[in-house]
Amino acid sequence: MTASDKGTKASRRAFLKGALAAGGTVAGAGAARASGDPLITETQPWAQYLGEGVDATPYGMPIRFEDDVVRRNVEWLTADTISSINFTPIHALDGTITPQGCAFERHHSGAIELRKQDYRLMINGLVDQPLVFTYDDLERFPREQHVYFCECAANTGMEWAGAQLNGAQFTHGMIHNMEYTGVPLRTLLEEAGVQTEGKWVFVEGADASSNGRSIPMDKALDDVLVAFKANGEALRKEHGYPVRLVVPGWEGNMWVKWLRRVEVTDGPVESREETSKYTDTLADGTSRKWTWEMDAKSVVTSPSPQSPIKHGPGPLVITGLAWSGRGAITQVDVSIDGGKNWQTARLAAPGQDKALARFYLDIEWDGSEMLLQSRAHDSTGYVQPTKDALREIRGENSIYHNNGIQTWWVNSDGEAENVEVS
Amino acid sequence: MSKSLNLCGGAAFGLAGLLGTVAHAEPAASDGPYGLGREALPEEIAAWNHEVMPDGTGLPEGAGSVEEGEMLFSEKCAVCHGDFAEGVGNWPPLAGGEDTLADKDPVKTVGSYWPYLSTAWDYVHRSMPYGNAQTLSDDEVYAIVAYILYSNYLVEYDFTLTKDNFLDVEMPNADGFIVDDREETEFPTFTQEPCMSDCKDEVEITMRAAVLDVTPEEESEGEDQASAEQAQEAAAGEGAAAAEPESEPLDMALVEQGEKVFRQCQACHMVGDGAKHRVGPHLNDVMGRKLGGAEDFRYSNTIVEMGESGTTWNEETLAKLLEDPMGYIKGTKMAFGGLRKEEDIAAVTEYLKSFSQ
Repeated sequence: MTASDKGTKASRRAFLKGALAAGGTVAGAGAARASGDPLITETQPWAQYLGEGVDATPYGMPIRFEDDVVRRNVEWLTADTISSINFTPIHALDGTITPQGCAFERHHSGAIELRKQDYRLMINGLVDQPLVFTYDDLERFPREQHVYFCECAANTGMEWAGAQLNGAQFTHGMIHNMEYTGVPLRTLLEEAGVQTEGKWVFVEGADASSNGRSIPMDKALDDVLVAFKANGEALRKEHGYPVRLVVPGWEGNMWVKWLRRVEVTDGPVESREETSKYTDTLADGTSRKWTWEMDAKSVVTSPSPQSPIKHGPGPLVITGLAWSGRGAITQVDVSIDGGKNWQTARLAAPGQDKALARFYLDIEWDGSEMLLQSRAHDSTGYVQPTKDALREIRGENSIYHNNGIQTWWVNSDGEAENVEVS
Repeated sequence: MSKSLNLCGGAAFGLAGLLGTVAHAEPAASDGPYGLGREALPEEIAAWNHEVMPDGTGLPEGAGSVEEGEMLFSEKCAVCHGDFAEGVGNWPPLAGGEDTLADKDPVKTVGSYWPYLSTAWDYVHRSMPYGNAQTLSDDEVYAIVAYILYSNYLVEYDFTLTKDNFLDVEMPNADGFIVDDREETEFPTFTQEPCMSDCKDEVEITMRAAVLDVTPEEESEGEDQASAEQAQEAAAGEGAAAAEPESEPLDMALVEQGEKVFRQCQACHMVGDGAKHRVGPHLNDVMGRKLGGAEDFRYSNTIVEMGESGTTWNEETLAKLLEDPMGYIKGTKMAFGGLRKEEDIAAVTEYLKSFSQ
């Protein structure tokens, strides 16, 4: 990190402090002043002149005041931005559905442009009849809709050896949650006729990496979806337009984008993405493979380092996200004292299978420092463990599948920092 | 215009379809429950069905020696992976790391970690070289994999890898993997009723992210943004003033075309605002720059010598490079086969001009 970077950081910190102070003043003005709040007592330009007409933006973007709510990249993580990852700004979002435009991206050979007219999906291998589908063919099969989260196996991976990145976006932002429309993979496999020796499928994409992965047949016939719409509209280029695989609850690397081929095989291919990567090395040097399910996990998204408390003591909304790749979220506990005591948070809606749940804990903040934590429970009875409990079993060399409890240290000014606690 | 194009396309397609029926039968429709899709033809399956299984299923006939692999590796792979497969910068090393898997920060390479050689063959064949995938012949893949084995001390220099001896190569970490055992090793502990109150006596902060200070900066709304906008306006003002004299106007259509062609270059080169050196040097203000002239970039010797003898980048020299990088600059690290079309070369040149003053 260069000196000038540090300079920027200093000015940002100073700015945040300034904003806190300014917030105080504004609140004072809003409350009472002899002459009244000019935003109320004086006619404002937006109340006098006309706004934009329809069609000013045929496809709308968020208003410019929200232009800091964007995906961000951690440059030092990867060699370049083409085989790389960025992070969803979860610290600034609410609800559970992730807008496509700020949902994290992970590419192995860059995001390609593939037209629907040029799209072909092949089913081959141990099938009665190998088939080719066009995009139009896919739209003629019966469709389903489901909301699922997609989490990269490496989400929170930088935090195994200790607190590293200062922001929920960076520690937990390799996740998004969308409503998918698509055809069950089962339907397409039945169209081709799976032979009895077929125990696995190998799925690959049309990009230069092809990112091939092996999926056991039980899962392929269960809930895997060949999706072409997300949140009601076409998939974005960066998420695999026109067609991607949705593998509910399982690590994001298996959600092959630009899906071009599904081969029925009698065994796993043991491709690069399932041997040299996405395997979990334990303390003794042996590695777990086929660690597909994403265990229950949660994080407080606000307050958090990028979303400090700006209003001082009084009513405070603590909120966050919880999810499990093995079922639905049934309960989330929140601690403000680093795990000594826990309160059960309110779920905005009952947890859905393999989808994000939003939780809230509304407290009266007394202005003293807090060590904020959250802890997810899922429908299998699994309770999110501490990082220490995970490290006791796995050591610190696991890059992937870190679902340990996250701690934010909130100081009396309302600023938060990523820490670990005893 | 587009209408007539469509008509032509339609006619051509119709003709091809007609010829197709003469040559061989149309692919069969699906026999499945919905009758959607059509039968995949053998040549189509052959074109996409590439994977190689751990038992060698899928390997084509072929052979490649360590010696051939060394040449190919230096030409096509070393720019990212290093001459000895040791890795450059953040690009992955492919060799070394033996006996480090139980250490803090294990070094995972083909030699130290990968359980199956089939994975290396499959991956090189389908995805490498980075930015120019699926251009290696089967023999070249055998040779490159042989060289990776050699750089891991797993075979001797006179070794030749073939389909027949492929399974004889012993991978050191072949037995290093177990199937996910979380249900046995973790679930009993993590499904117990959790503590809700007075769970521990004391809580201390044991580690802070701010101490490490590795989080990327972000611009805050408000002041920072305003100053950034001012800076941009100021920069735009300067640009407008500087752009007026001498320089010829750019052909913006060509620039746009060049931007698309430049995607092939992006794996290694950055251009535009904030461009930095990557595998290759940044290309801002490249026109008029002497060869090998970007500061703080480690060039190969030849290009530096060419620059020192007075050669600069202009339309002519750039065209020579883009046509045949390795022919124009002997020993260059630029592992790119060159652009085949003259119009692509002109487009990229125009595109780069748009980033040169």
